[in-house]
Amino acid sequence: MFSLNFTHFIVLLKKEFDIEFRQKTALNGILLFVLSTVFVSYLAFQKIIQPNVWNALFWIILLFGSIITTSKSFLSEQKGRMLYNYWLYNPRQVIMSKIVYNSFLLTIVSFLTLFLFTIFIGNIVEDLSTFSLILVLSSFGFSSILTLMSGISVKAGGSFTLTAILSFPLTFPLLLVVIKVSKFAIDGLAFSVSVQYLLVLILINVIVTTLSYLLFPYLWSD
Amino acid sequence: MLKHWWKILALLMVLYTIIAGFLLPVPRLVILNETIRSLYFHVPIWFAMLFLMGVSVFNSIMYLGNSKIKSDIVAVQSANVGMIFSILGILTGMLWARYTWGTWWTTDTKLNGVAITFLIYTAYFILRNSIEDDQKKARISAIYNVFAFVMMIVFVMILPRMNSSLHPGNGGNPAFGKFDLDNTMRLVFYPACLAWILMGVWITQLRVRTDVLTKKLLYDENV
Repeated sequence: MFSLNFTHFIVLLKKEFDIEFRQKTALNGILLFVLSTVFVSYLAFQKIIQPNVWNALFWIILLFGSIITTSKSFLSEQKGRMLYNYWLYNPRQVIMSKIVYNSFLLTIVSFLTLFLFTIFIGNIVEDLSTFSLILVLSSFGFSSILTLMSGISVKAGGSFTLTAILSFPLTFPLLLVVIKVSKFAIDGLAFSVSVQYLLVLILINVIVTTLSYLLFPYLWSD
Repeated sequence: MLKHWWKILALLMVLYTIIAGFLLPVPRLVILNETIRSLYFHVPIWFAMLFLMGVSVFNSIMYLGNSKIKSDIVAVQSANVGMIFSILGILTGMLWARYTWGTWWTTDTKLNGVAITFLIYTAYFILRNSIEDDQKKARISAIYNVFAFVMMIVFVMILPRMNSSLHPGNGGNPAFGKFDLDNTMRLVFYPACLAWILMGVWITQLRVRTDVLTKKLLYDENV
């Protein structure tokens, strides 16, 4: 039960990418979402130079974008295929493959948001390498929380609203640390200031991934 | 009668903490003055709330193992009573903050943590209401409950230690550490903690019994 079969994991991961390449719904939808929200902000603000406003807007757009991206992770599976996977694979491999896939997707979305911000609103981040590290870490954390939550809301027969209600409060610990540490990166403070917050970020990532890994089998068995 | 001794104890201790908490002498400290008596009510109520949420998550884990609907009933009812205690905790805290900090609510990590804990458990009840089937409801909400509890611990225990906070117990502000609490206060504080925890357990027990009887009489299910 606890052993991860690596080939199965790779197969499942490849399946996620295959589905995405065939349908191209998730990525295209999210591209449009990020583009339109950033453009609306551009129309409202033009250029943003206050770090606090920039930071808040960036993470709010990214939070909603992440929820939209991951909410599809179980909907795209047809009922028959879910049953098929259930007999074939260990549920822990299923959740891990979905988490890794979603975190990959979210990393792309985060950098895309940053790129669009640079074009329209202006990039005021002084320490870009730390900021990139934060984006990668936060993508993984968000992916772990949101993948399990989207699984829960699909099993509950719920809508997108239910996913949002369930995920919002749970992402707050991660979000608060992320907002704080990315403010440091925007201000260009020394890396040594950010280190302890980055460690907390990694700690939270480990906690939420472990929880998703342990709890998913109970959700899966229907 | 022998079975009910702890309920009588709880009742007597709550009465004792209310009377002694308001009448016994307290140390004279600047700014705090008489508001220090809030310690007898605010802190024990939060302990009781954490205890009840702990009972709730323990029963949720039990349910994931044994699939007995009784575990689910205990889990949801202790979360219910825990919510009531958290509302009481917020209200007593707000009252204290009004006279010590001069405001009902302020941006403080501890206060934010409490507000978000409240949101998390509200989401838990919304999730429960959106599922019809009893077993499915119990299983899915148990999963959410475990996740929610761990996040709550991260929020109220770990994050406030990282940020500066005005709340007593953080950043050198006086709290119930060994130098701040004198012996008279201990005499009231410790019974108060036990008293509110026992009260919480009692209320939960009553609610669980009502739930079990409802299931038995109305739906003819044996729990």
